Amino acid sequence: MTVLLETRNLIKQFRGVEAVNGIDLALSAGRCFGLLGPNGAGKTTTVELLEGIQAPTSGLIRYRGEPLGPRFRQDIGIMFQSTALQDHVTGRENLWMFASLYRHALPLAGLIEACALGEFLDRDTRKLSGGQRQRLLLAIALVNDPELIFLDEPTTGLDPQARRNFWELIHRIKARGKTILLTTHYMEEAYHLCDEIAIMDHGRIIAQGAPRELLAARFDDVVLQLPLADFPEPAPPLRLTVMRSRDAVEILTRDVNAAIRELLAWNISLARLQIRPRTLEDLFLELTGRGLRA
Amino acid sequence: MNFKRFWAVFVCRNWEFLRDRSTMTWNLLFPISLIAGFAVAFSGPGLALYKVGVLGGAAGAGGSAFLTTHHVQFIPVADLPAALPKVERHQLDMLIDLAGRRYWINEESPKGYLLERILRGSDAPAAFDKQTVSGRVIRYVDWIAPGILAMNMMFSCLFGVGYVIVRYRKNGMLKRLKATPLTPLEFLLAQVVSRLWLILATTALVFAGTDAVIGFPMHGSYLDLGIVFLMGAVNLISLGLIVAARATSEEVAAGILNLLSWPMTFLSGVWFSLEGVHPVLQQCAQLAPLTHIIDAARAIMIDGAGLAAISGHLLALTVMSIGFMAVGAWLFRWE
Repeated sequence: MTVLLETRNLIKQFRGVEAVNGIDLALSAGRCFGLLGPNGAGKTTTVELLEGIQAPTSGLIRYRGEPLGPRFRQDIGIMFQSTALQDHVTGRENLWMFASLYRHALPLAGLIEACALGEFLDRDTRKLSGGQRQRLLLAIALVNDPELIFLDEPTTGLDPQARRNFWELIHRIKARGKTILLTTHYMEEAYHLCDEIAIMDHGRIIAQGAPRELLAARFDDVVLQLPLADFPEPAPPLRLTVMRSRDAVEILTRDVNAAIRELLAWNISLARLQIRPRTLEDLFLELTGRGLRA
Repeated sequence: MNFKRFWAVFVCRNWEFLRDRSTMTWNLLFPISLIAGFAVAFSGPGLALYKVGVLGGAAGAGGSAFLTTHHVQFIPVADLPAALPKVERHQLDMLIDLAGRRYWINEESPKGYLLERILRGSDAPAAFDKQTVSGRVIRYVDWIAPGILAMNMMFSCLFGVGYVIVRYRKNGMLKRLKATPLTPLEFLLAQVVSRLWLILATTALVFAGTDAVIGFPMHGSYLDLGIVFLMGAVNLISLGLIVAARATSEEVAAGILNLLSWPMTFLSGVWFSLEGVHPVLQQCAQLAPLTHIIDAARAIMIDGAGLAAISGHLLALTVMSIGFMAVGAWLFRWE
């Protein structure tokens, strides 16, 4: 598979603090790569280094085997976490402006239809809803028909409908063979969209691979979930791994039948029992800890 | 330099300005209001320069020549204890009791001092022959109008470029543009050219509008005046670019822009002539672009000067513009 963008020992320091600490990445063409990590892990700095917005302190970044240059600028599309657009200018005019900045641009009509911009295209961008604005920003990121698209937390702040709608758009982009680098705080989103993920913490990559493979390699158990109200207090001496949260109890087990037998033996009601497989969120929390990050 | 990219940014910046009604209105109304205000204020007999309280009113003045002095407002005063604090606080420049042949002034008041000299000399026989100045009558509003036009241009150029680019930087728009093939030169040139034509158009509109109502003297060439304003606008926009080059917050940018614009407003002779001020301040004024714009515009409008006569000002503006542009381009960062 062709490697589109790769880094070698990428380092970025800010006044002696290493925000990015020796990252090696390879983004293959046509794949969606997810970069995950808690706040302050170095995701945004890494992405800005890859986008060419910031210069690394040391290390190499290569696009199609060459240093980032004018061709890279022509070939990428970016959707920042929060991008301001000019006031008093409509969505159509913004699209036209960004299209004019590139040597090659997609026909706007197709883009408008693909991103469902029609109903609000001629509205001042200050008057758009969160979902409409994100769709417009995605259209702007796609206006030059980029080979590589950076999507930095594109669905943050969107309601579930708008988020699902956005996922559909990203699926369509993937179907056209485009390469995507996605950062997100939503593990479900990463699992749903990404072919490969990297989890970062403290400026380093601590796990990398296909989501299913990572989960399979890390976990061989499932989670039995009970409402906290259904669990006796004080807790019986179960021979199981039990974790409590604010409103639920989670029991980790490799043998569901044995676990259920043990719970029944203690007369614990299983009427509201749920069994779920391990998720990316479990993996994320296990690797990065449950402590709150600034 | 890619013209298509420059044009796209230029057009969008124009849309942004032209559709922002409040900014547009302010740019047009502010100078018109100022000029019209001065025209009204200084029409007719003019404002009194001094205020004199007359105890007991003018009755019983005995035909004092002092009470016929022009540009002095005589205000009847009934209560001496109430009037004296007004002299202390410079609300009255002098208090006079005609019946008692006495007067009060504040020793710290320059106006009081002059009024005393006028009072003491008003009845003395003339020691000099009076001569009058002949030539064109220049109203205060005629003198001040080029200054107000230039001052409005200065605020519009400095804030319209400096402040706007800092806003783009703060809200992340510059970062987004950096990730495109747009070069800093194309971006900055689009901002400069957009502001340049807009400010020249609004200045011409304000000039024409106020001239139609008030009627300015125009003894020189409109083309020469246009050249002065063109070169002045380029200069001030370039100065704004220096502020915009690095600042990351609107508060810092506003502070720096105010630091530049307000001293220029007072030192460049917008409101009053710099004749007689300290020589060091006069030299400092020559470093301000606004001084050269105003002096050149006044020379054209009032004295009918041609380009040769104002070449010194044009040269100063050109040299400063090149310097400002070079520094601004050298300092500029997208982030």
